Amino acid sequence: MSKVKFKFDGKKYKGREGDTLATALLRNGVVHFTDSAYRDRPRGIIGLGHEEANALVHVDSGAGEPMYPATVLPITDGLVARSLSGVGDLPDTRDKSRYDKKYRHVDVVVVGAGTAGLKAAGEQARAGKDVVICDEQDRPGGHLVHVGQEVPADLLAVLEMPNVAYLPRTIVNGLYDQGYTVANERRTDHIDSGVHKKKARIRTWHFRAEHTILATGAYQRHLVFANNDLPGIMLSHAAATYVARDGVDVFKTAVVVTVDNQGYRDAVRLHNAGVEVLAIADCRQSASGPSVEAAKALGIEIMFGKTAVDAGIKPKKKTVKCVEIGNLDGTDSTCIDTDLVALSGGWTPTVHLGTYVGVKPKWNSLLACFDYRDLDNKWISAVGMLAGDFGGDDSPAIFFGPAQSETQAPDAFVDFQRDATLREVRRAIGAGMHSIEHVKRYTAIGTAHDQGKTSGTITMGLIGAALGKAPDEIGSLTFRAPFVGIPFAALAGRERGKLADPIRRTPIHSLHEAAKAPMEDVGQWKRPWYFPTGKEDLHAAVLRECAAVRDGVGVMDASTLGKIDIQGPDAAEFLDRVYTNMFSSLKVGQSRYGFMCGIDGMVFDDGVTTRLAENHFLMTTTTGGAAKVLDWLEEWLYTEWPDLKVYCTSVTEHISTVAIVGPKSRNLIAKLAPSIDASNEAFGFMENKNADVAGIPARIARISFSGELAYEINVEAWYGAHIWEAVMREGKEFGITPYGTETMHVLRAEKGYVILGQDTDGTQTPMDLGMDWIVSKKKDFIGKRSFTRSDTARAGRHQLVGFMPINGQEVIPEGAYVVEATNANQKPPVKHVGYVTSSYMSAALGRSFAMGMLANGQARHGEEVAIPLRGKVIMAKVTEPLFFDKENTRRDG
Amino acid sequence: MLHIPCPWCGPRDETEFHYGHEAGVAYPEDRELISDEQWGKYVFFRANPKGWHAERWVHSAGCRRWFNVWRNTITHEFGPTYKPFEPQPKKPA
Repeated sequence: MSKVKFKFDGKKYKGREGDTLATALLRNGVVHFTDSAYRDRPRGIIGLGHEEANALVHVDSGAGEPMYPATVLPITDGLVARSLSGVGDLPDTRDKSRYDKKYRHVDVVVVGAGTAGLKAAGEQARAGKDVVICDEQDRPGGHLVHVGQEVPADLLAVLEMPNVAYLPRTIVNGLYDQGYTVANERRTDHIDSGVHKKKARIRTWHFRAEHTILATGAYQRHLVFANNDLPGIMLSHAAATYVARDGVDVFKTAVVVTVDNQGYRDAVRLHNAGVEVLAIADCRQSASGPSVEAAKALGIEIMFGKTAVDAGIKPKKKTVKCVEIGNLDGTDSTCIDTDLVALSGGWTPTVHLGTYVGVKPKWNSLLACFDYRDLDNKWISAVGMLAGDFGGDDSPAIFFGPAQSETQAPDAFVDFQRDATLREVRRAIGAGMHSIEHVKRYTAIGTAHDQGKTSGTITMGLIGAALGKAPDEIGSLTFRAPFVGIPFAALAGRERGKLADPIRRTPIHSLHEAAKAPMEDVGQWKRPWYFPTGKEDLHAAVLRECAAVRDGVGVMDASTLGKIDIQGPDAAEFLDRVYTNMFSSLKVGQSRYGFMCGIDGMVFDDGVTTRLAENHFLMTTTTGGAAKVLDWLEEWLYTEWPDLKVYCTSVTEHISTVAIVGPKSRNLIAKLAPSIDASNEAFGFMENKNADVAGIPARIARISFSGELAYEINVEAWYGAHIWEAVMREGKEFGITPYGTETMHVLRAEKGYVILGQDTDGTQTPMDLGMDWIVSKKKDFIGKRSFTRSDTARAGRHQLVGFMPINGQEVIPEGAYVVEATNANQKPPVKHVGYVTSSYMSAALGRSFAMGMLANGQARHGEEVAIPLRGKVIMAKVTEPLFFDKENTRRDG
Repeated sequence: MLHIPCPWCGPRDETEFHYGHEAGVAYPEDRELISDEQWGKYVFFRANPKGWHAERWVHSAGCRRWFNVWRNTITHEFGPTYKPFEPQPKKPA
């Protein structure tokens, strides 16, 4: 057998191929493994698998692991690991491993390739079902692997069947409704100490199965007595496996403390492997069965009605020195010197996956455990130990709740990782908590890395013992996914970093990047935020861009606006029903701004809609609201108005829109599209003209989101960059200035145009925004009925107003609360009467200004209010929400 | 993840769908005639039962069509599905 070299806690060790880190360290005599998280007590390995509560390591080599049980970590050449005291730490460097995902529909998923799982899989496969077997271990056999027995050939043959897929090293971490299973396959993880570039480290499987068979086996429990956490005190099945299967020879003597026949089986294994078993302390009054007879035949002393009461420590080695065995009430104890105390506190069937889907396990008093015997469920079934089939040899086990004295209880551990003891459980009960769910939260038992795999049932037994009830009267075991800790990256797969979320770029994006414009994220869209020249910051750039638009001409990429193509003979009628204002009266070639409300009468989206033909409209929505609006339109068409002949199609990505804005935009559009008469008389506000721009057919719309004379050039999306370049080239003589979202926001705010979602939050009617003019009195529309509800119609609602800081150099932070001026300097709590939604420094006004909501605001123009901030107060005058060009003289140039 | 029976496409993963709301809550015909209280019931009040619930879903990442389906809010089991304007099947037992 080849030697494997690894490092643990800075020391070099050698182990054997196939060893776990736990095995290899025990082989090297490392019994004291680490110290506990909260009480700094010496701890050793107690378990064999994912139930391990003490022996956690951080792996520095390869892909790394922040926290992993040494009992399931295979050693590999070059492995570097260090022990943890219950608390992990994340690496600073990015995980360079590859992770992937697979999806599969299958008839049956079998969880666990032990005897019961293989048997069940064989039955299903022979009945013609497609079967997937997921198993945590790297070879089939489950428990047989632990006890070193061959898997029967007929069971192994199941794995070779053409309709059976066997996935070793694959742990099922989640089970959900309707047969949905999530499993993690360690593809290259821990096979060596490298990072694999080509092959996934972990693959996440998503299965959808008609039926899921749980064959998850069981974990052994420990027993609760004083100092039961000393290194050298282990679960008996784990200890016997390390000694008998792996040849760990660090223990010369052992005492077995048991509640069932498993302790006898393990005592025999230990004895046969050369460990002197000094005694078996069985808390039952008698026991029978082949394993009991075998132990007797070997001459092992059996002490009935006895259990462990306390344990002592070797001060230098910090491992167990002796165990005190006494009566169940703690009296009449004698001390036995030993290297190993092997605990068999009963089996806890691994019911986790079933409880994820709300299936409650039942208490089995013969086996002293919760299990899934006689489970009747459409989606899952249980076999093997999970179904209470423990193999037959057993005298009934008893559930033993210890009777430790008050002085011993503080060191009698229930949950090793949380350092939670019998004292904490008793204290929780004393504080009136009688349900496992309450005790769990009070003591933190079961909330650590191992999720209470060993401590859960014990805690229920302890509560039951204290209250004189059976464990199942205390509650039920409930666990949550994932079954074991897994890297987030494994769930993300390849959708990390830049691939975590789709990125939407306009066809003009590359030109914005070349112009070094910083980008702003608007939903998934990347939009240029501002276009700095030289070393300008945001503030300087925006003041310059604003001035350029108001005095000359600017250009903006407006391609991200949501666009919905609406066609059909009833399109106009449909728009009349969804918009608050009238669209059936709109002439072909004209555009109109509209509001949509929910049934509650609150504004939820806005935009300009253009009538391209009698039965053909192009709707624009807010950049972030496009998908939501399309859903909304389709819902009404499908569920309320199927008689309307209307089709809606998302065309957001189909059209590029370049807006040229400012007093000189007419000169520029005349140059770009010489075929049209750009005069105000021939091309009025909200009108559309078709013309070639730079050789490309375009629809030019006179739409303004700034109050300035403006034109939007709409072309097929892929010509966007071409049009932008033409505008920059032809606009040079007019001083064309590209601008971004920030300048757009300032310009629109100066005109009091709201941005839905910034100035509104779904609690404003059109009237609250001072836009009564957009609400038609002549027709019905969605939400209209709500306007006359008492709360919607009442006076004094929060209404949109302007806030002009008295000191025009102060910019109020957006989101700030507004209070009455008389409360300006009052200490909190202060009743607020409004809040600021948009606030900027304005080049055109030469001062700061803001908009926001104010209770009864429309009646309070001219009054003063206060905006208290940390350390200062900004006083502001309430105005109408319109700050620049109040007469609208600039719109027509 | 739920497995939702779209009446047009068959069973698909939950991520392809959006939940709408309780099924069978019709937009009142006589909106201007009904009382504020009746209108308020339509706007704000839903059944929210424990057990079988008739729901309206949309297969947004699939056929984009709306449909109704019985779903058990305790077991997450799906009952019969039905298209808009089809008669509602009986509540599953």
